[in-house]
Amino acid sequence: MKILVAVKRVVDYNVKVRAKPDGSAVDLANVKMAINPFCEIAVEEAVRLKEKGIATEIVVVSIGTQQAQEQIRTALALGADRGILVQTDTELEPLAIAKCLKEICAKESPDLIILGKQAIDGDNNQTGQILAALTGYGQGTFASVVEVADGSANVTREVDGGLQTVALKLPAIVTTDLRLNEPRYASLPNIMKAKKKPLDTTTPADLGVDATPRTKLLKVEPPAERSAGVKVADVAELVAKLKNEAKVI
Amino acid sequence: MSILVIAEHNNSSLNAATLNAVAAAQAIGGDIDILVAGSGCGAAAEAAAKVGGIRKVLVADNAAYAHQLAENVAPLIAEVGKGYGHILATATSAGKNVLPRAAALLDVQPISDISGIVSADTFQRPIYAGNVIATVQSTDAIKVVTVRGTAFDAAADNGGSATIEAVGAAHDAGVSSFVGEALAKSDRPELTAAKIVVSGGRGMQNGENFQMLYKLADKLGAAVGASRAAVDAGFVPNDMQVGQTGKIVAPDLYIAVGISGAIQHLAGMKDSKVIVAINKDEEAPIFQVADYGLVADLFEAVPELESSI
Repeated sequence: MKILVAVKRVVDYNVKVRAKPDGSAVDLANVKMAINPFCEIAVEEAVRLKEKGIATEIVVVSIGTQQAQEQIRTALALGADRGILVQTDTELEPLAIAKCLKEICAKESPDLIILGKQAIDGDNNQTGQILAALTGYGQGTFASVVEVADGSANVTREVDGGLQTVALKLPAIVTTDLRLNEPRYASLPNIMKAKKKPLDTTTPADLGVDATPRTKLLKVEPPAERSAGVKVADVAELVAKLKNEAKVI
Repeated sequence: MSILVIAEHNNSSLNAATLNAVAAAQAIGGDIDILVAGSGCGAAAEAAAKVGGIRKVLVADNAAYAHQLAENVAPLIAEVGKGYGHILATATSAGKNVLPRAAALLDVQPISDISGIVSADTFQRPIYAGNVIATVQSTDAIKVVTVRGTAFDAAADNGGSATIEAVGAAHDAGVSSFVGEALAKSDRPELTAAKIVVSGGRGMQNGENFQMLYKLADKLGAAVGASRAAVDAGFVPNDMQVGQTGKIVAPDLYIAVGISGAIQHLAGMKDSKVIVAINKDEEAPIFQVADYGLVADLFEAVPELESSI
């Protein structure tokens, strides 16, 4: 079984980003970049399926600038077999990204496609669902358990009320939630080995994808700031403030 | 211009989250119809018809929609929705699952989790864990949008008398099926709709200690939430997680107990009206957003708080 995993290069989750003063964009100058945490979980799940003998090959794809090669190499160091970079200097929207992934799926014919449920930059939570629509595959979004057997995948999903399990015919799309697994750290020998693994480059145009943006970013701005609060000395003072000042209890 | 709102329901009743999407539709302006897709969902459709200001309730009642699988419902939404200017759902786990799939079938780039409406084609939405608010204009002919529930006060669930019409063919994609579900049962208010939320973090140390928070919550009529750290550690189930990738809450009072305040957690609760933080680490970032901070050992402070209210 072949697994395709999509990974995104994003601002590291520890960085608190800010809007540029002119409101034109988010200030990403000299900011630490990393693989999107949900994508890392996707890579780990694929590697575990390979370790169990269920998967035979893991192909990792990223759509982004040339620097996104770093995130592909990270995935290769975690255990993916080869990489594909769909190189573009413009930031693609989820619809265009999914169209690129659809073309990659047509070439690679994976049995399972695993993506993060959302990227922590745009917080869109769309690409997996859109790719599922474009390919006509079933979708197991927000997955906390994935079990693959006999041409189908049982996916347990984290939903608002608790957990839901669906059965999907393969090929299928899975998007990862936080509890699916805890990603490993890449060992130094594996990081060295990853440098020699094959990495092909293509472009949205080569794939025949029209990536014309459908939305315009008009402005970015900081959220409304909360005014500084006060420290209370003890529980009695806290209760008094909540009753008399805030009037919420 | 008309707006289609996708109902969230369990066939027998309408989920209150739907009312937030209706409120956003009212803010955009135009005729508003509600689509109810389910199986044996007549009661949910009747509840939708009572929502104030609705023109029509469109019902697709078919076994294929029993568990509202995205593979089956998305083609229905695309089919029914193609005559509308906007298609809206609330950004719940159900809305986030199905709406992007429906948008793709219409070749539309959806707009997720809007927190404000600037005009009929321009919306505000939080990005980067809410550290930045983006204003985004859609150039697609149909705007497909999920709505952040806490950003729009619920529309009235009564006073309406919309007509109910059957619509849509049965779409059964045949690629997915429902296996089962394990839904949390609780007598406490629903987390995203509660007026008061008490949340625990890593500082709770284990699941048993959450009993303290349940007791406090029951006295306050509150819901109980948790930080990602507490869920990852297995103290409490996933449906209690508040944060960037969990639930977004904005109650009148949010009491954070033993929560340090990572930006991902703040993204889920910083629009609460009043925030209380109880933490023994006075440097914890949660104090930077708290209206009232109490530096104390939670194992002493929480029982004392419970007994004094």
